[in-house]
Amino acid sequence: MRLSLGDKMMQRSIYLLLALMSVIMLYPFWNALVISFNQGSDTALGGITLWPRAYTLENYYIVFQDHRLLNSFMITILRTLSGTALSVFFTALLAYGMSKKTLLFRKQYMVFFMITMFFSGGLIPSYMLIRSLGMLDTFWVLVIPGIISVYNMIVIRTFFAALPDGLEESAKMDGCSNYGIFFRIVIPVSGPVLATIALFTAVGYWNDWFTGAIYITKDDLLPIQTLLRQIMNSNIMTEIGSSNAIALDHMNRNRTITTKSLTMATMMIATIPIILTYPFLQKYFVKGVLIGSLKE
Amino acid sequence: MKAAVKPGLWKKWTNQLDLQSMVWPGIIFVAIFSYIPMYGVVMAFQQYDIFNGILESPWAGLMHFRMFFEAPEFWNVMRNTIVISLLKLIITFPAPILLALMLNEVGNMGFKRFVQTVSYLPYFLSWVIVSGFVFSLLSVDNGTVNFLLERLNLIQEPVNFLAVPEYFWSILVSVNVWKEIGFGSIVYLAAIAGVDPAMYEAASIDGASRFKQIFSITLPSISPVIIIFMILAIGNLLSAGFEDILLLATNPILRPYSDVIDTYVYRVGILNARFSYATAVGLFKAVISVILLVTANKIARKADVSLW
Repeated sequence: MRLSLGDKMMQRSIYLLLALMSVIMLYPFWNALVISFNQGSDTALGGITLWPRAYTLENYYIVFQDHRLLNSFMITILRTLSGTALSVFFTALLAYGMSKKTLLFRKQYMVFFMITMFFSGGLIPSYMLIRSLGMLDTFWVLVIPGIISVYNMIVIRTFFAALPDGLEESAKMDGCSNYGIFFRIVIPVSGPVLATIALFTAVGYWNDWFTGAIYITKDDLLPIQTLLRQIMNSNIMTEIGSSNAIALDHMNRNRTITTKSLTMATMMIATIPIILTYPFLQKYFVKGVLIGSLKE
Repeated sequence: MKAAVKPGLWKKWTNQLDLQSMVWPGIIFVAIFSYIPMYGVVMAFQQYDIFNGILESPWAGLMHFRMFFEAPEFWNVMRNTIVISLLKLIITFPAPILLALMLNEVGNMGFKRFVQTVSYLPYFLSWVIVSGFVFSLLSVDNGTVNFLLERLNLIQEPVNFLAVPEYFWSILVSVNVWKEIGFGSIVYLAAIAGVDPAMYEAASIDGASRFKQIFSITLPSISPVIIIFMILAIGNLLSAGFEDILLLATNPILRPYSDVIDTYVYRVGILNARFSYATAVGLFKAVISVILLVTANKIARKADVSLW
């Protein structure tokens, strides 16, 4: 197709704008990475924008020595793995049942689930529930409340419903139960959609800091994002003039370290596992998002 | 479930026990974690007391709602909620559409894929990390933004951006655009890909410029998708934001511009332990949101698109 002069100019400006946007998208991440590899006391002099000036690994070295941080890193990994496994399994099981037209009360069940997407009791009643279930300050509060996602259930159900009927018919003839079909036929052919849901669920668990902030007071159960927020907050406090235990302790021991450089290193550790997974799964999640946005 | 009383139905139900047993864990789960808190909103009409619980606490009628409407913070919280929501609706909402339209004009596949990959990235970062980036970039002592502005001689003294209440809305909205734009564009890109190419050919034979084609073909073709997302956005109008505001507005100086219903509920409810009052405020928000959602959906139905 031949482009007119106006079209060409438009296209050039679009390339330029998109290139500029890419820089803006990447820069905050890049800058934090650079600072995390720069000596803290040197960073404080300013001017660290594109490259580390006084390259060092000591920020990471110190963060990896902090047992509180390592512990909450482990909590987060455990939580993400168990939460994702449980969530994908129970949500898929529910979606499979809901995808069957023969399911008695299917419509009623659907209304029951849909209502929760638009209306909820809110923060305080949920807090009261968790409290009366005795789940405050337990590992399971970090996992269980997120297990069933109605939205994900609808996405998976849409996918299941579109599977060819013949796939299940023959198994049924051989006397397979619904569970048999679910485990041996449906799950194996649903790899891409389940992988997408698993990715989003994992990202959700990994990134969630709020659950930890309201339901957890014990230090050894804090997820990394919640702990990171506490460190950042006390970081802001030190700027104002009050004190912060972990960071000040490190700083007194080692003068080249600052709270900022430590925060940046921690941020990178809390981010990189997620960043590493997503380029590999990108083609799946784009498809997954689209399945979710289709109307039944 | 009065239908179950019918003997035939009960038999049918037990006949498909395995199918039902797949669904029931989910139902029980949602009943506990979504419906019990819904029942918990009765706290809003009580003088809730931790030791008495919901069943024993004395009733208070609409007292907490009245207290909220008469609270000195009321107008401020409402203003911030509505202004921030509207800003998000006007700026954050159309941004992904604009990005999708631009990406669609890109012929170079490698470049297109690169821009897309890069633009999805922030969606996978937690708000804690994102707020960390913002604090670092905007920091008074040597954040990149101050560094650049000083180099360019646009400012003489470093500005403490996150301590100037008037700047908060722009910062909040910009950060939201940064985080959501790429991911939001996926659905619109797919919708654009579904437009019949013959329409563009016909238009370009008629001499329509690319720019004109965007307005008279692409946008009208994807408008149903836009409207669906618009309805959802309107239903969330009173959820101006929570995590983003809570994490970015750590400085109490910002409160006159940053406090919205959800952060207010969090502060008075969890931090000050005024459970009944905070529940009442939350309920007020939830009810208005449902009304907005239903109304928006009704209006959209006139244009033949709807959520249900």
